[in-house]
Amino acid sequence: MTTATVTSAPVRSARRRRGRSVGFHVLVIAVAVVILYPGVWMVMSSFKPSGDIVGNVNLWPETWTLENYVSALGGIGGVSFWTFVLNSLILAVGSVVGVVLSASVSAYAFARISFPGRGVFFAIMIGTMLLPFHVVIIPQYILFNSLGMVNTFLPLLAPKFLATEAFFVFLMVQFLRGLPRELDEAARIDGCGHWGIFRRVLLPLMRPAVITSSIFAFIWSWNDFLGPLLYLKRPDTYPLPIALRLYVDQTSVSDYGAQMAMAVLALVPVLLFFVVFQRYLVDGVATQGLKG
Amino acid sequence: MRGATETSSPARGGRPRRNRADTQAGYAFLTPWLLGFGLLTAGPMLMSLYLAFTDYNLFRAPTFVGLDNFAALVSDPRFLKSAQVTAVYVVVGVPVKLAAALAVAVLLNARHRGQGAYRSMFYAPSLIGASVSVAIVWRAMFIDDGVADRIQQLLGFPAGGWVGDPGMTMPMMILLAVWQFGAPMVIFLAGLKQIPAELHEAAAVDGAGPVRRFVSVTIPMLSPVLFFNLLLETIGAFQVFSSAYIISGGTGGPADSTLFYTFYLYLKGFTEFRMGYASAMAWVLVIVVGVITAVLFRTSRAWVHYTGDVR
Repeated sequence: MTTATVTSAPVRSARRRRGRSVGFHVLVIAVAVVILYPGVWMVMSSFKPSGDIVGNVNLWPETWTLENYVSALGGIGGVSFWTFVLNSLILAVGSVVGVVLSASVSAYAFARISFPGRGVFFAIMIGTMLLPFHVVIIPQYILFNSLGMVNTFLPLLAPKFLATEAFFVFLMVQFLRGLPRELDEAARIDGCGHWGIFRRVLLPLMRPAVITSSIFAFIWSWNDFLGPLLYLKRPDTYPLPIALRLYVDQTSVSDYGAQMAMAVLALVPVLLFFVVFQRYLVDGVATQGLKG
Repeated sequence: MRGATETSSPARGGRPRRNRADTQAGYAFLTPWLLGFGLLTAGPMLMSLYLAFTDYNLFRAPTFVGLDNFAALVSDPRFLKSAQVTAVYVVVGVPVKLAAALAVAVLLNARHRGQGAYRSMFYAPSLIGASVSVAIVWRAMFIDDGVADRIQQLLGFPAGGWVGDPGMTMPMMILLAVWQFGAPMVIFLAGLKQIPAELHEAAAVDGAGPVRRFVSVTIPMLSPVLFFNLLLETIGAFQVFSSAYIISGGTGGPADSTLFYTFYLYLKGFTEFRMGYASAMAWVLVIVVGVITAVLFRTSRAWVHYTGDVR
């Protein structure tokens, strides 16, 4: 729209542009304030005395305290806070490994190998993206329960190693389609089979897609609530989100301080990932929509 | 979607012939996905279809009851309430969220300086919005005497928290959804960048004002992206669970006003262990979402324009 104004009326446009620029920033900053408020409120509240959180519209704490963090780090019901962190980490790292391994090989099959049935399977894979996850939770629970896997991490990790999250397969298929086929041909002439082409030529080039998938896999697992709620019933197997809920249920309603501190601690890795990898994340989302 | 048609034609990439080695390699590479699909998606779906016609509580063998579960659904007031809550959430929440996403995307697209920073900042809530942490914050902000209560009193509205008021929990949940407008916004923004500037220039030369250009150029050119967002957000909205669970303390209250469909399914299946009943609910959801998807695809022919090489 800017370009249109500039080309049609170059003289007037400079002044108008300045006026519009101020309007633009006022609007965008207004949106930013609304968007950021809940997050900043959470972080700031975690440093306020527990009784001074609910209903305190001001962001800046009048008195700073670390007491909330002390009680949050104290753990719940005899289980250390760090046990929850460790459980969350095992699940998240396991998910990343599973997703990267399974989605990359599946994507290679879909994007680079010609075999009967590929088109049908690809259509089915896309179709599973539209399927409500809840249709499978009951039979999956029955299956994992009969295998004695409740209270282990296996029901949460096995699906990741079996490429059930089509989003990642699709992301990698899209990326592979952007890589020139000549690479495969050259590797084939050099004597590579499919495994060689995948492992030595394409996988190293898939780094951006692997990074994007890893970050999403990590964050989704880290924030997942329903999965652990179904399968993990013993407090020492709880990841952070379930521990957080237990904490909310157990602490008296007035102890908002510790709740806020724990909520902040549970988001630290997500925020770190966001700060470091925001480009990968945002671009990953953008391409997903356009190539769909 | 176009990608799907591309793959189904075997003659792609100048290597039309298939050989046995390729077929073997194809299935070898696809093994994880095939196992996952068979064991964790297709198999379970068939099993839940069977369970939907049974009475099953995990401890005794399922007994076949025909259509009893479905008949019971229709006369279960809590089921009807959960369907209504979810329908309102989808029908109101999704359009509001998409409108916010589109408005901010158009706003950001107008200027390039600082766009990347704003884009990332506005995207952040989409990453954490479904987390327990944010649900806890939301509850603390909208509870009696909470931040929202204080602000509405300052503005002269009647006092009272949203969490405990059955009439206000839906607006609160929709606000939480709209707060996460960043993900569709990023997709809109990428779509806006693909619209050739010449189209806007040509329309401007023809005397079209900004509003007319938005309606006649931006919207049609953006319609594939709009369709994609609409589809994804609608399916996502049907599956909201954890925030409602945390905010209502696992009850779906007050007065079942946060009893979303998936939440009730969870309560039936995993607290009452009525797994046949819950499976019937799951299949009703699949069918409803399937029908909505089909309708969206059908109607999309009328309003989604795929032009040349816009992607």
